[in-house]
Amino acid sequence: MREIKTLADLKKKQEEMRSRIKLRDNAENPESLVQVKVAMATCGIASGAKEVMEYFVDELDKRSIRAIVTQTGCMGYCYAEPTVEITLPGQDPIVFGYVTVKKAGDIIEHYIKEGELVDGIIPQNYNTIKS
Amino acid sequence: MSKYKMHILVCAGTGCSSSESNLVCEILIDEVERKGLGGDVQIIRTGCFGFCEKGPIVKVLPDNTFYTNVKPADAKEIVDEHIIKGRKVYRLLYTDPESGEHLPDSKHMGFYQKQIRVALRNCGTIDPENIDEAIARDAYQALGKVITEMGPDVAINEIKSSGLRGRGGAGFPTGLKWEIARKNDADQKYVVCNADEGDPGAFMDRSILEGDPHSIIEAMAICGYCIGASKGLVYIRAEYPLAVKRLKIAIAQAHEYGLLGDNIFGTDFSFDISLKYGAGAFVCGEETALIHSMEGKRGEPTNKPPFPAQSGYLGKPTNVNNVETFANIPVIILKGAEWFSSIGTEKSKGTKVFALAGKINNVGLIEIPMGITLREIIYEIGGGIKNGKKFKAVQTGGPSGGCLTEKHLDIPIDYESLTASGSMMGSGGMIVLDEDDCMVSVAKFYLEFIVDESCGKCAPCRIGNKRMHETLKRITDGKGTQEDLDKLKNLSYVIKDTSLCGLGQTSPNPVLSTMEHFMDEYNEHVIDKKCRAGQCSNLLYYVISEEECIGCMACLRACPTHAISGEKKEAHVINQEICIKCGACMEKCKFDAITLRSDYPRVSVPIV
Amino acid sequence: MIELTIDKKKVQVEKGTTILKAARKAGVEIPTLCHFELCDMGIENKPGGCRICVVEVEGRRNLAPSCITEVQEGMVINTHNIRVLNARTTVLKLIISDHPFDCLVCARSGQCELQSLATQFNIRSLPYEGEQSRYRKDTSPSIIRDIDKCIMCRRCEMMCNEVQTVGALSAVNRGFMSVVAPAFEMNLEDSPCTYCGQCLSVCPTGALTEVDHTNDIIRALSDSSKTVIVQTAPAVRAALGEEFGLQPGTLVTGKMVSALKELGFDYVFDTDFSADLTIMEEGTELLQRLKAYLAGDTEVRLPILTSCCPGWVNFFEHNFPDLIDVPSTAKSPQQMFGAIAKTYFADKIGVNRKDLIVVSIMPCIAKKYECQRDEFKVDGNQDVDYSISTRELAAFIKEANIDFLNLPDADFDDPLGESTGAGVIFGNTGGVIEAACRTAYEIYTGKKLENVVFDNLRGMEGIRSAKVDFDGIELNIGIAHGLGNARKLLDEVRAGTSKYHAIEIMACPGGCIGGGGQPYHHGNSEILSKRAAAIYTEDERKTIRKSHENPSIIKLYKEFLGEPGSHKAHSLLHTEYFPKSNEVTLHLNGEI
Repeated sequence: MREIKTLADLKKKQEEMRSRIKLRDNAENPESLVQVKVAMATCGIASGAKEVMEYFVDELDKRSIRAIVTQTGCMGYCYAEPTVEITLPGQDPIVFGYVTVKKAGDIIEHYIKEGELVDGIIPQNYNTIKS
Repeated sequence: MSKYKMHILVCAGTGCSSSESNLVCEILIDEVERKGLGGDVQIIRTGCFGFCEKGPIVKVLPDNTFYTNVKPADAKEIVDEHIIKGRKVYRLLYTDPESGEHLPDSKHMGFYQKQIRVALRNCGTIDPENIDEAIARDAYQALGKVITEMGPDVAINEIKSSGLRGRGGAGFPTGLKWEIARKNDADQKYVVCNADEGDPGAFMDRSILEGDPHSIIEAMAICGYCIGASKGLVYIRAEYPLAVKRLKIAIAQAHEYGLLGDNIFGTDFSFDISLKYGAGAFVCGEETALIHSMEGKRGEPTNKPPFPAQSGYLGKPTNVNNVETFANIPVIILKGAEWFSSIGTEKSKGTKVFALAGKINNVGLIEIPMGITLREIIYEIGGGIKNGKKFKAVQTGGPSGGCLTEKHLDIPIDYESLTASGSMMGSGGMIVLDEDDCMVSVAKFYLEFIVDESCGKCAPCRIGNKRMHETLKRITDGKGTQEDLDKLKNLSYVIKDTSLCGLGQTSPNPVLSTMEHFMDEYNEHVIDKKCRAGQCSNLLYYVISEEECIGCMACLRACPTHAISGEKKEAHVINQEICIKCGACMEKCKFDAITLRSDYPRVSVPIV
Repeated sequence: MIELTIDKKKVQVEKGTTILKAARKAGVEIPTLCHFELCDMGIENKPGGCRICVVEVEGRRNLAPSCITEVQEGMVINTHNIRVLNARTTVLKLIISDHPFDCLVCARSGQCELQSLATQFNIRSLPYEGEQSRYRKDTSPSIIRDIDKCIMCRRCEMMCNEVQTVGALSAVNRGFMSVVAPAFEMNLEDSPCTYCGQCLSVCPTGALTEVDHTNDIIRALSDSSKTVIVQTAPAVRAALGEEFGLQPGTLVTGKMVSALKELGFDYVFDTDFSADLTIMEEGTELLQRLKAYLAGDTEVRLPILTSCCPGWVNFFEHNFPDLIDVPSTAKSPQQMFGAIAKTYFADKIGVNRKDLIVVSIMPCIAKKYECQRDEFKVDGNQDVDYSISTRELAAFIKEANIDFLNLPDADFDDPLGESTGAGVIFGNTGGVIEAACRTAYEIYTGKKLENVVFDNLRGMEGIRSAKVDFDGIELNIGIAHGLGNARKLLDEVRAGTSKYHAIEIMACPGGCIGGGGQPYHHGNSEILSKRAAAIYTEDERKTIRKSHENPSIIKLYKEFLGEPGSHKAHSLLHTEYFPKSNEVTLHLNGEI
């Protein structure tokens, strides 16, 4: 039963376990992380927001990008669902519309990783999203 | 392993548990399962968040939403609205008392802004019954570092240079204590964790044990390795069932992982921990009394020297540290002495946990860096005095401490300043008093506690405190004399000077401290027979207003002692000599003519 | 060596010395209250509880209790400045404020250490009056606990637990209500108390006192229909004089007999007589068991244990019920005397046993209980009616206005007053076994014992071991005094590892001379040695020093008993023991 025989064992165990509470650790300092908010009202879910959200969660983790993926209510852009708001550390939030799983991949690859803008940005008509 | 997208943390500390947080948690789990979200949402019972005033606390992550006062009936709404629809339940958010705004997360709450959570680092973050979560948050890394890299001397030096001092109250340098225990050669030594928290209103140690038991186990093992002990004992009060349960679970888990037991980290270091239960005697927080109690003897102190480090449990060198002291150890080892000593003041390093209680808006558990002021604690963290009343004093150090007044609001909180101000750090009880608190009664309250809790071994503590309490009772009953005040002073000095242990040596502090800062209140009680706070019922007087009284005679008929006289349709009078202050007259009066007053109505009424 | 300054006097003492003892060396007396010491016996009580002995140590924050604080190099100590004196006086006033003010009628009045301190401190007023702690009075056959008077010095607790390992008394409750009591505050009678009386012999106040039977005796003496006879135990004559200001170790045998006659006893006899009788019976039993053992009998119980001491009998009944067939079945001298007095002697003078009152003067508290045991009664009539202590006798003599110091010497009456040196030494630890050896040697070997003094059996060490040569057969003798020491030897017996053939046990440190009923020694162990020396002097003065040569004993067997160990001797002079459970018996007065 003794799993941990050396300090290396313990470190390995910690690595395994870290993901369990990463979400909690990250939540302490959201400003320093990439924040992804997926609109998950009925309109969003109907257009596949749930899959998109899951994709973000898995993919960001896979690429070891420290990010917080949350859901939010309807942002009002029902015509453009699924909509996703992305806030890079220190930058203003940007809202993307018609985000499919494929598009989500582009967003991660270009905007989140490189900071390059990609298609589908919805011009902002508000300053902050009330969450 | 499935990836949860959301975590819901539910406080399962003793405070929130007693307001049904466990039921909240169960309903949350049920609802989440029912909605098919079992794989997406993880619900975790954690230790104390500290904001006990507004418990039960539920925190939703990753968006860091802080719900307060969550009733079982609210659980479904949280799932339906927040979890499913992403809409926060506004009515459960904390409302900033000044702006009236709902604050979505704890970061923006004044209660948390000035806090630095070192000892409480995992309380409210992890599931205390799950060692994996603790390991994810660095548990046992420090132990591994000490055993495989640092060695005992380097580790003790690190603790020494961190400046950590005992958090049980007296503030003895922890590293030095370990060094002394290390230097005493013996075939067997012991590490004892003092979890006999007994100050009225204090629950720091309980919360740490309930919220992060692995930090204590790890620190005890580190201590055992450093001083050369293979056995650890936790002296914990049996009134802390939840802490006992979680500690037991944690010890079993650590055993299972090989983090306790034989050959830890593949070395020849072996360490084991067992629990010893205290029956709740305050004096057993004193280390020699604690050791006697663990040995199965009467829990009473013995003279020091010999110190426990020389001859402690079963006559062997024993290192006794308080729970909070231990909780700091792993962090110091991992982050370094330099990091730790960068927090705090010159002689008091790191943070201190306080249990904030009394007439303050945010009652709860707080951890602050040493050196911040009482004003910051009371008005920023504590959210000010309840009901907009006027601040009067803060009692720190429990029955061994004293009170700090308005003029102390800006002194930095550390061992030296508190002692210099006539109080002490103590284990961390902090009771806020307002204008409605009678300071003589406060002193009486603590003396009553001491009279109950004195072990009875030495005469000055056993009898002296009893006499002090009787004298204070006379004073609050309005029967005190000037001579009583002199007696109180002499008894205080003699009890401090002659008592055997720390309990007796500090027991007169609340009296001395209130006499120093609030002598006018003592004098009022003795000379004017008046209690300005209106707390001493014997010094309150029922008075009939001549203007309001219509002479209906209802009060006269209600008075059981016939203290009221007066003719029909004429104003009535209460004879204060006969009145027993039952209040029956006031209840009967339909014209609000009878009031309770703290100033003595100097109307002489002939006894009928 | 450590040098320190006490009241401006330089003094050098060894490391580990307490301030109290260093001060004594410097000629500075510090008052104490809870502290108690029998230094030669390693018995010390220093809980540091009363705080009367506090002194000021320069550089120390608070006052130091001198009885437990060890000296350190360069210490500067003030034992009587205003701070110290005020503290001491205040603490003493506090202690008195929780003590009944009935000194005039207290059993300890005049001998009370609290009273003496109050006198010494010139206490004239009580500014700290308040509630006093109140407890029920607990009366057992031997000891009265008037615990309102307990000052929590814990001396009795130390005696009962550490020295005697009886464990009947310990502190219970907390704070103001804390008090020394049996577990669950049960009656002492229901506890494992052995009535050894060591608790009350060290109690500084009247919290623990003996049950006083003096008034019963006065009543008997004034009843003309009763014949009242008295027996005096060996240790009484070596200590009684202390109560009248004589030096410890002054023998007052003759004056004591005179005083008893003045008090009106019809016959004054000697327990030494029945001590000789005990040797005849116990010695015979020893030889019987020894012979059987030497003949290869594996069933025989050895070592044989002496059974004269009632505290010891109670102790093994409570703690070693499984070994109940090991001690000698011989009754104690007190009870042998009673049995013979109410048969042989009553017949001789033609008095019905109910009209014969037998009083014993004992150095012992447990004797009060012993004489009340059911097996020592005939149709409800006790063999020994009343047992009073040396202290009670002294008080009785004073009460009767007898000028003790100027009394002429008188002799014991016949026939139960004649004794040998062997009977006298029963009062000392080692004495019973020495007396037994003197007789057993001659009977076993058939040879005359030239030197009757067995030096190797004497001494004050708690456990002693000696070999006695019985003409080629070496007897291993063990001696223990103090029940804690007895327990050690008994544990060996229980484990089957005891090397002894015979063991003498006395419950009290020093034996009967240090009994619970003796004049208070206040911790001065020199007093005990002087009493012991007096006993040996009495032995030396006797012309006959072997029990079996006592003419009255020879006559008793010839006229009445037959042989030692005869059927009649057995029925009158032997007894049996009863296992006593240490289980808690609680009388809850209807409460659960």
